Amino acid sequence: MTSKSSRWLGWSSVVLLSVTAVMGLWVTPPDVVQGDLVRLLYVHPALAWVALYVSFGTAVVAAGLYLWPRTRSEQMDRVSYCAMEISVVFIALTLVTGSIWGRPTWGVWWAWDARLTSTAILGVFEVAYLALRRANDDPDTRARRSGVFVILTAVNVPIIHFSVIWWKTLHQGASVLTSTGSLNVHGSMLWTMLISFVGFTTLFFWFLVRRVALESARGARQHAALDAALEMRRREGVG
Amino acid sequence: MSSPAVALDDAVVTRGGFPLLAGVSLRIDRGTLVALRGANGAGKTSVLRLISGLERLRSGAGEVLGIDLLKGDRRELRRRVGWMGHDGSFYEDLTVRENLEFAARALRRPLSDIDSALDTVGLAHRYSTPARQLSAGQRRRMALGWIIVRRPELWLLDEPHAALDQSARDLVDELILDALGVGVTVVISAHDDLGPRLAPQKVVTLSGGRIAGSP
Amino acid sequence: MIRVAWLVAMKDLRIEMRSRVLLWQVVPFAVLSLVLAGLALGPEKAGSSSSAPGLFYLVVLFVALAVVQRSRGLESTPGTRASVATLGLDPAGVFLGKSLALTLELWVLGVTLLGGSVLFLHIALVGALKALPNVAVTLGVMATAGTLYGALTTGGDGPVTLLPLLTLPAFVPLLVAGERSLSAALYGGPLWEWWVIVVVALVAYAAVGIAVYGVLEES
Repeated sequence: MTSKSSRWLGWSSVVLLSVTAVMGLWVTPPDVVQGDLVRLLYVHPALAWVALYVSFGTAVVAAGLYLWPRTRSEQMDRVSYCAMEISVVFIALTLVTGSIWGRPTWGVWWAWDARLTSTAILGVFEVAYLALRRANDDPDTRARRSGVFVILTAVNVPIIHFSVIWWKTLHQGASVLTSTGSLNVHGSMLWTMLISFVGFTTLFFWFLVRRVALESARGARQHAALDAALEMRRREGVG
Repeated sequence: MSSPAVALDDAVVTRGGFPLLAGVSLRIDRGTLVALRGANGAGKTSVLRLISGLERLRSGAGEVLGIDLLKGDRRELRRRVGWMGHDGSFYEDLTVRENLEFAARALRRPLSDIDSALDTVGLAHRYSTPARQLSAGQRRRMALGWIIVRRPELWLLDEPHAALDQSARDLVDELILDALGVGVTVVISAHDDLGPRLAPQKVVTLSGGRIAGSP
Repeated sequence: MIRVAWLVAMKDLRIEMRSRVLLWQVVPFAVLSLVLAGLALGPEKAGSSSSAPGLFYLVVLFVALAVVQRSRGLESTPGTRASVATLGLDPAGVFLGKSLALTLELWVLGVTLLGGSVLFLHIALVGALKALPNVAVTLGVMATAGTLYGALTTGGDGPVTLLPLLTLPAFVPLLVAGERSLSAALYGGPLWEWWVIVVVALVAYAAVGIAVYGVLEES
């Protein structure tokens, strides 16, 4: 991706998130029941959306493309790795904002709620993924094992989700769209949430583009280091 | 003219960012004995591991027993080579016979070959000994027995004379000569001279992950 | 694939029979862990707690890690890996064979621990027997998952510490489903959801394992 489009992504996310902040803090009204606490909803669901679906989904698709022999490339591994790394950040923010909302609402910082628990477990999977990458020096081994681990995690996520849902759930159900499909929130609140979703999604892709560029530069440096090592090894033979 | 058993062209193998092989070009004809010489770290074992399909080719080209090292089925290649590493490692808790049986069953070789193989390598009396109780020399004899049972087309022997007494060295030489006699290709890595009985058709000296003297 | 699976399973079990690591190290460790769990509950609750199913599965889970570690270790030395790699075994068969051997080993542990739970945690024998089929399948999933995650940590740095980190999150639904179904067998309650979880997990791990074990072996 060109630096121009990357800049465009960056500025778009800054504008969208600034609009979210202004609308969320000053334009939208407080909730009848939750008061000002409702303003966290302009951040928390969007963070969760990016953490659980956009970034983790990107990592899974890229890992699948890496493992598929016809589409295998270092770039796919990089995209998968960077998306997972960013997902860790978004999951941490999701848990923190969820916890901040949970304390006054549920009376505790941590509740054994289905979504909260399965999100935290996905976070542990992602930390484990980063540990797995660090444990392997060889780039090819690292990429293959990481790819398989991401796919295994993707298989696990729905199983964990249902197991914890059936185990116990405290989390509130769908609140924006009711079961009949009708809207359940004030117009400005809905718009703010929508802008927040788009803003955080744009922010993720901006992070991803920049992070992949950084990783590509690191890859190029490693290739150059390997070329130098090859040259030294060859000289070892001549000498 | 038949295709060579091994054909490497500027083969590069790396591990963890270190070039084990820095561009090896080598041709080994079928049914010949080739010796790889060189100091420690020169790349002898890496050449053997590449040929056996245990290492991935990073760049360059290579074909072993007609199988392309980049695009071909390396698992199929591994089934067709006989590998004897430095330490001759096996399942430590299985007996000598059970280890050989496992190899024979895995490759669908006749189990009837096992007794004669044990006899040939002088381990018939230790057939029920767990591998962990064998001495270094006996482990190498077992590795040879493993190769005999497998009947591979290409023998890759990493320092086959190391840790062996004279009678065992003679046994190794005899087995290699027998294998050559039936058309098997044998590649040996060795620090020292192969001795008076083995006369390799080609001696390749490695240095710095390449064949010494290559441009 | 089935032939290779059988060959590998028999080999792993034979090694186990010969080394007796399961019998002399893992089983005593498992029983000790159960006793420690009882002690942790305190004298009043140790023999009459509804936490017994959870404690049973918690112990199973940690003991399973030790067995997975052991199974993975059979081919962990570079020499053995090279020797076995040159046999060119079908990776799907290797995966199934190792999973099968591990399942049988975990079954031995599971039965021992259920017996231990009857003895130390005072769970009802009839309930424990009723739970056996579900325990057996849950342990089968742990074995299958463990084989896959074990293959991920072969070689590399710090495999001993890495394996629990990779594997434990994957054991979460098994812990939940196992604990709930053992509770249902002991004290009543819905059961089908937990069967769904373990069966889906078993199918998913078996399918992924058959598909990708070769990728892991090649790395």
